[in-house]
Amino acid sequence: MTSAAIPHVDAPPIMVAECLVRAFSGRRAVDDVSFTLGPGECLGLFGPNGAGKSTLLRLLAGLLAPTAGRCTVGGRPMRDGPVARAQVGLISHATMLYSALTARENVEFVARLYGLANPRAAAAAALDIMRVADRGHTPVRALSRGLQQRVSIARAIVHEPRLILCDEPYTGLDAAGSAALTTVLAERRASGSALVLVTHNLDEGLALATHAAIMQGGRFVRYERRAEVAADAYMSEYRELVTADG
Amino acid sequence: MGDLAGPLAVPPGMLSASWLIARKDLAIEFRTRTAFLSALVFALLAATIFFFAWDATAVAAADLAPGVLWVIFTFSGLLGLQRSFGVEQADRAIDALLVAPVDREAIYLGKAIANLVFVAGVEAITIPAVTLLYNLPFGRSTLALAAIALLAAIGLVAVGTLFAAMAVNTRLAELLLPMLSLPFFIPIVMAAAGSSAKLLAGRPLAEAWPWLRILVAFDVVFVVACTLAFPLTLEE
Repeated sequence: MTSAAIPHVDAPPIMVAECLVRAFSGRRAVDDVSFTLGPGECLGLFGPNGAGKSTLLRLLAGLLAPTAGRCTVGGRPMRDGPVARAQVGLISHATMLYSALTARENVEFVARLYGLANPRAAAAAALDIMRVADRGHTPVRALSRGLQQRVSIARAIVHEPRLILCDEPYTGLDAAGSAALTTVLAERRASGSALVLVTHNLDEGLALATHAAIMQGGRFVRYERRAEVAADAYMSEYRELVTADG
Repeated sequence: MGDLAGPLAVPPGMLSASWLIARKDLAIEFRTRTAFLSALVFALLAATIFFFAWDATAVAAADLAPGVLWVIFTFSGLLGLQRSFGVEQADRAIDALLVAPVDREAIYLGKAIANLVFVAGVEAITIPAVTLLYNLPFGRSTLALAAIALLAAIGLVAVGTLFAAMAVNTRLAELLLPMLSLPFFIPIVMAAAGSSAKLLAGRPLAEAWPWLRILVAFDVVFVVACTLAFPLTLEE
């Protein structure tokens, strides 16, 4: 298990979700979800397929407008514009890369969009952290799925975001890639970033989490501090829930 | 509010962000060349087919050429516009753009600039080709025609980029883009064809001026309206 950094208890929250609701054609994919994340905190979010985890993450990233409720980053509403979005990094199972560009060009393009002072150096550093710097000049389409995912993670962390949203980030990664990602996320946590980690793998999720939540039918059916959770009991309860849901 | 001072320098302004996005799109097109080559081959083949279908004894070249040009520009432009947001949909690259600290309008303008370069590139090769095929006079009228083509391209690209963004998420994107765009292309094509017909017929610029004013007016309206409407197309 990755050792958890001590959250900065007195610091103001990085992210606040208040009564978030998102409905599609009347059906509530996310239904009245509220939580707060402070610096160094990580929410491990679990749940069966269709529970609303990805929709919640898209709401938090500002990619979807909530039907009701609101989400703020650093006190600013996510839908407010560039200032709030500048603090967010999004990692997903979709790579969000341009296949015709090289790995370095992809990450450097994003670094420029975030206005980093030295985008080339920042891109090189991010690729190096994800142990893919030696493939920087390779077009993304020529990389394996796992290497593309590493480049995608480098893209998401190049601007050192204060809030990292991860939707199944371990998809396609081999052992080395998974280890690099876990290290990066742990380091970002230790330096004060907040994380939301959506995964089906409870081991990976609980290893980093300071809070754990299980989502079902768009709602948090469980939400507690990681310290209050016994991993074995939590896992068996989760398996029962997923089996019953399936 | 939390202290969120990170390594962030200064997020680019709207024009800088637009240029970054345009440069990225042009780099992708330069690497793949698929859309440009398809549009160019279509344009040259269409010009050739029109040439062989033309009865030179019935219609003068100067009367036919403007129509030929604008049919070619309209449909070859659609080929490039179609691809404009296609590259963003693959692997959901659009999400990374939308999460970045740039205004939605900058995404639209960046896409439109790249599309404008694309359409202007096709025009730059097609105009001399049509001039040669139809034995049109080279010189001032060709330059004026190029200027009109550029003005018309601005309007076509403004509308087409907006509708490309709307159509890309649908199952019938390839059908929907022309269906949505073509009605809005009509005033642009009408004004461009009207003004270029006057110039190719050797008439003075003053006679083409009313058409040019309409063209510029539609350019301004379409660019402003489409820039403002674009963020709405991104809502799910």
